[in-house]
Amino acid sequence: MELILQQMPIVIQSLNVGFLQTLKLFFVTLIGAIPLGLIISFGSMSKFRPLSYLSKFIVWIIRGTPLMIQLLIVYYFPGLVLHNPIWGGGEAGRFLAASVAFIINYACYFSEIYRGGIQGVPVGQEEAGLVLGMTKSQIFFKITLLQMIKRIVPPMSNEIITLVKDTSLARIIALQEIIWAGQAFMKGSQGISGAIWPLFFTAVYYLICNGILTVLLGRLEKKLDYFR
Amino acid sequence: MPILEVEHIRKSFDHTEVLKDISFSLEKGQVVSIIGSSGSGKTTLLRCLNFLERPDKGVIRVNGKTLFDAEDPATMQESQIRKKRLHFGLVFQSFNLFPQYTALENVMLAKELLAKEQPDYKSRKKEILAEIKEQAETLLNQMGLSDRMNNYPHQLSGGQCQRVAIARALALQPDILCFDEPTSALDPELTGEVLRVIKELADQKTTMVIVTHEMAFARDVADHVIFMDDGCILEQGDPIQVMEHPKEERTRQFLSRFTQE
Repeated sequence: MELILQQMPIVIQSLNVGFLQTLKLFFVTLIGAIPLGLIISFGSMSKFRPLSYLSKFIVWIIRGTPLMIQLLIVYYFPGLVLHNPIWGGGEAGRFLAASVAFIINYACYFSEIYRGGIQGVPVGQEEAGLVLGMTKSQIFFKITLLQMIKRIVPPMSNEIITLVKDTSLARIIALQEIIWAGQAFMKGSQGISGAIWPLFFTAVYYLICNGILTVLLGRLEKKLDYFR
Repeated sequence: MPILEVEHIRKSFDHTEVLKDISFSLEKGQVVSIIGSSGSGKTTLLRCLNFLERPDKGVIRVNGKTLFDAEDPATMQESQIRKKRLHFGLVFQSFNLFPQYTALENVMLAKELLAKEQPDYKSRKKEILAEIKEQAETLLNQMGLSDRMNNYPHQLSGGQCQRVAIARALALQPDILCFDEPTSALDPELTGEVLRVIKELADQKTTMVIVTHEMAFARDVADHVIFMDDGCILEQGDPIQVMEHPKEERTRQFLSRFTQE
């Protein structure tokens, strides 16, 4: 116990650095996947068949395979198979590769949530807008958008919380996120070696982060509770 | 000159012909009730009038002006259809109120959006919005909803929702107000309050096309009754004549089901 207390400041400092990278990956994924998901969902709802088939095919591939394999393919395929290492070797390159894999993966999940939200708004809402002389864009922004947001907030909350934990998969390409930082103390780092507790301790970071997110997303959900 | 003239409207979905050569006309201030069994094409006809469906053939004229002519593609331009819709109002069976807006906001929204297109909107914004609000309040008062203006649709009963929907349609002052089975989604107890409001509108000489299954109401409120069957107008004319002395066997058969009750 005394030893752990001694090691604590060093470990915390190192885990904080790792967690910063975790958070960076989390936010970059959200910022990229939220709009990309919208594009994919429009694609899969398109009346132009080839586009909707292509979108649905991509969604099927991405949702049907493990994110970890997608990470490995995105990271290693250009360099090892195409002999064109586009990512570069350093931490920046690994972060870029991880971001790309995460954004594509999450965009596909988001696109299905959006699709449910968009198709879940009754047709009568648009028709009511039309007969009142509104334009398509007025109908979207003034009537259907908020109803869609209300519908997608609960499933999006689930995905967002899953994303926080999924960022740990980036460990597989040695991205120096919090799991990587915790594991380093097993092999030996900054004079500490053979310590497993820092790795276990990373769970506390995820818990706190998801606790905060749960409260915030719950508030958003509640804010939209004024209508049905 | 009739306010509304519908000539030879035909409409098919895939290979099913839903409307087969529909023609009728309506004078200003008059009410026409359309009756007939489910699937006879009543709702499709209303949807054609409101440009929610495009007829395959036929002509629709309002005040002598051709709004739609299946032979003339110029009458189908998307940009103009929006303006043409404003000649008609439509009250839906399932109300279709906007859930995120209060009763008052539901009534005001479309008018506000249209006001933004006026050239003097920016300079007279406050004045215009005050006018719109006053008009919406007057309409809701008229509907007996003065104490419900700031409620959201989910806080209202079905009958109250439908009355808000009627006020919302009236706010744009359409030439012709259409009702698509306005009481079919309501508890029997609540139909009375909606029918009463429509009757009041008829007394004020609002031009209306009413699709309904309420036979007694159809007869009382209408100046003209149309009986539709299998996509055709089988019989039309004076309400008393059509509903009490129908010429066609099919009309008699249809009406007898209601008198038995």
